[in-house]
Amino acid sequence: MNFFVDNLPYILAGISVGGQYALIAIGYTMVYGILRLINFAHGDMFMMAGLVMVYLAADLPMQIAIPVVIVFTVVLGCMIEKVAYKPLRSAPRMSIMISAIGVSYLLQNAALYLTGGLAKTYPAIPWLAKTVEIFGAHTKMVTIVTPILTLVLVIGLVLLIKFTKIGMAMRAVSRDFETSQLMGIDINRVITVTFIIGSFLAAVGSVLYFTNYTAVLPTSGSMPGLKAFVAAVFGGIGSIPGAVIGAFIIGICENIIKGLGWTTFSNAFTFVLLIIILMVKPTGLFGEKNIDKV
Amino acid sequence: MTKRNILRVSDVTMQFGGVVAVNNLNLEVNKGEIIGLIGPNGAGKTTAFNVITGVYAPTNGAVSIDGQVVIENYPQGKMKALYKGQNAGKYADRRVLTPDKITKMGVARTFQNIRLFKGMSVMENVLVAMHTNLEAGVFSAAFRRNRKEEEKMHDEAMQLLRMFDLEKNKDDMSTSLPYGKQRHLEIARALATKPKLLLLDEPAAGMNPQESDELMHLVAKIRDDFDLSVLMIEHHMQVVMGICERIYVLDYGALIAEGNPQEIQNNPRVIEAYLGVDE
Amino acid sequence: MNKEISISKKQKTILSLFTCLVFLALVYVGDMLTPPTSSWGMLFTVLEKGSIYALVAVSMNLLNGFTGLFSLGQAGFMLIGGYTYAIFSIPAASRDSVYQYFDGGLIKFSIPEIFSNALGGVLGELGYSLGEFIGMFVPMIMAGLITAGLAFLIGIPVLRLKSDYLAIATLGFAEILRAFFQWKALGPITNGSNILRSFSTYSSPLFPIIISGLCIGFIVLLINSSYGRAFKAIRDDEIAAEAMGVNLFKHKQWSFVISSFFAGIGGALLAMFSSSITTTPFTSNLTYEILLIVVIGGIGSVTGSILGSFLFVACSEWWLRGLDSGAFLGLSFGFMRPGFRKVVFAVVIMIIVLFYSKGIMGTREFSWEGFLTFLKNLPGRLINFFKAFPKRLADFFRTLPAKIAGLPARMKNSLKKLKTNTKHGKEAR
Repeated sequence: MNFFVDNLPYILAGISVGGQYALIAIGYTMVYGILRLINFAHGDMFMMAGLVMVYLAADLPMQIAIPVVIVFTVVLGCMIEKVAYKPLRSAPRMSIMISAIGVSYLLQNAALYLTGGLAKTYPAIPWLAKTVEIFGAHTKMVTIVTPILTLVLVIGLVLLIKFTKIGMAMRAVSRDFETSQLMGIDINRVITVTFIIGSFLAAVGSVLYFTNYTAVLPTSGSMPGLKAFVAAVFGGIGSIPGAVIGAFIIGICENIIKGLGWTTFSNAFTFVLLIIILMVKPTGLFGEKNIDKV
Repeated sequence: MTKRNILRVSDVTMQFGGVVAVNNLNLEVNKGEIIGLIGPNGAGKTTAFNVITGVYAPTNGAVSIDGQVVIENYPQGKMKALYKGQNAGKYADRRVLTPDKITKMGVARTFQNIRLFKGMSVMENVLVAMHTNLEAGVFSAAFRRNRKEEEKMHDEAMQLLRMFDLEKNKDDMSTSLPYGKQRHLEIARALATKPKLLLLDEPAAGMNPQESDELMHLVAKIRDDFDLSVLMIEHHMQVVMGICERIYVLDYGALIAEGNPQEIQNNPRVIEAYLGVDE
Repeated sequence: MNKEISISKKQKTILSLFTCLVFLALVYVGDMLTPPTSSWGMLFTVLEKGSIYALVAVSMNLLNGFTGLFSLGQAGFMLIGGYTYAIFSIPAASRDSVYQYFDGGLIKFSIPEIFSNALGGVLGELGYSLGEFIGMFVPMIMAGLITAGLAFLIGIPVLRLKSDYLAIATLGFAEILRAFFQWKALGPITNGSNILRSFSTYSSPLFPIIISGLCIGFIVLLINSSYGRAFKAIRDDEIAAEAMGVNLFKHKQWSFVISSFFAGIGGALLAMFSSSITTTPFTSNLTYEILLIVVIGGIGSVTGSILGSFLFVACSEWWLRGLDSGAFLGLSFGFMRPGFRKVVFAVVIMIIVLFYSKGIMGTREFSWEGFLTFLKNLPGRLINFFKAFPKRLADFFRTLPAKIAGLPARMKNSLKKLKTNTKHGKEAR
């Protein structure tokens, strides 16, 4: 009990950041499920969303700036897919991964150019940045909002995938790309929808994340991005509930480690976890095993 | 008159989840024999090859090469409850060698869907197969301290290529060869590992009657020249009946007949399995 | 029309040796003659850094291009190499100031210093410099060996993973290493997150060029040996390679360890080049840059990686500098402010990745025959080009009206083609 009380601020922060990772992780896990591609640019898109918010909020009221940021991110995500991934659909997998790395490099350098390498301060969204008190610990409103919003969005997404026609198409494509194509599913539409959903969630995640960690740097996307990817692997890549659970576990553990005074290793922990999982259960918590055909 | 046993597959069952792909297979190949393994599509022939060469660990059963047990397994863990095969209590050891170790013990194979090394020349494809018998270490090979060995490898590779009429193509990319020659290269590559037993997975697939006739003679010649045994999966009955001394017939993973070509041709169960089609 | 030139093996060796010697002599003389303030001094910076990057890029190509292992741990391995070298080469006298937050550190000696003292040298004498020079090789080789040893340990779990998982796991290990080196508890050795400096470095650009050249030479020999063929077999088809008796794990491990050894040496050279080292530059971005160099040069071509490195370094350090300072090829715009160079650069890289995915060299390598044939045919080609030029020009203008008239229809057609292509495009998995 003592442990719990002592670490309450960290656990709260962990749940909050876990929710934010979850929103990014869904983008990874869905794209991987369908294209078998680690979208290295996803984290940088998340950073771009933060950066654009900084610039927009200077001139526009919040109620307008937030939707514009979300639309911008969705458009950016779809554009990246159209320009950098679509032409390589029949190329070897390594080429698409390299293309993703190239996009990530481009976005980071573009951000570096725009900001001049300086940290930009994220605008305070009045309602989210309000300080509240729970169980005697002071925290921002966003800490409470994040897990709730995450769960609502995830449930919505799961319902979408389970019960709509496009959701069914997505499941089919992630199971067998070529066969579903032969069955008349419009692959490109499915992929576009996947990227729209992924980018939308990343944009929402960025609003929540940067309300907590107010500095936006060109490199701020890569670490959360990698962690979210680890979360997706942890939960079993391709599985949405898996990604969410993985993200919460990583967020909480990482913050408890910070609480213990091992801040240097809070990032390293994620990767230790990744390597342990890949060694013990490479398919993650909810992943499916597939056998190579000879 | 008993000949030396080269391969013995005993009670091998291969089960993927609830699907039994190979069911209690027993077969043997003796020295110098050419044995056929036939059966309708999906009968489990290639799976049997994959078990013999160590790609899959069998769920139950054992495989021995030249009298030595190299693979043995019994249902364990989750499989214990799921296991549908026979002889569950017969084996108690778990020993699974990786494919490269099996190859080193003298079993080489070709693939049903040709698997040549695409980015390498014809010559290099053969040389890679000789790598397994290389004696030099990484550094002595890199610094060319093994020049003699390397020269010998090249000579032997040339001989093999000549035998398969590929010496003119030696510097061509392997994938630029016509289909029939690719199949030949696969056999040459397998022979380069110096096997005692050669497993051919549908070597005549996609060939016309004349080409498969040539292949038949080639396989017989290989057996004599290299002093080895052959186990082959084949659908061309003309080829199988022409050169195989004994034939095993698989259907739904289980052995339904075994015998010389005459016996197999007249076996009612085999005819039934092939829906009465007698090629 | 193209006449092939063939020369004997002996001639080739002589030609190569001669070219190398002339090149080295030119660099040596050029370095002597160029005043440090001259803008040509940049050329030598490019040569030094380019050769270091070339070594690292070739070592990465050994993994990605020749063994088919998509590893992204290069920055981490360079970090270990650089730190190992730096830690063992800081003179005892400087240690108190370098390790000022850690009481002068744990290690109180410098290997180059031990050698220069053994040669009886007093600072400034020949024996001292000679000793330092010889002594520099010891920590450098240690850098390689320690990196390789660590790679061996990392390889045991990681090399069993499939392509993209391997990429993420190696990236993760590089990140862990970075955190580890910044750890305060290791401060007495690594100086925590503070800078390490004043260690022995080289004085002539020939040093990194020769070391990188020798290392790359070894990698080329390895690639052309029987083991190199086994690596390529694994790249092309793991299952077939295993069926032909290639022990997958053993060979992957060799490739990984050797690649890391040279990444470690490259890290040590990079530390010498910048004469200081912190963990900051060794992020995943450095790995990405090296990967992109490999792609620009051609995955699976050593020559390509070398060319790519020099091009990359020359562009980012020298030729495209003008884009940042606002004056490039006589052009000047308001948007040319610091960072613009890198954006242009990234766009160019994306174009290469998307449209010229084979890179400069594809999987081809430099050969004297090819080079000489090219040179021999060059005048003829140029003459032919200029001879045909007036006719071509005339043709161009003659057909221009028709072409313009046909443009809308053609665009429509190609759009249609694109659509059907993407519809029937196959996914390669």
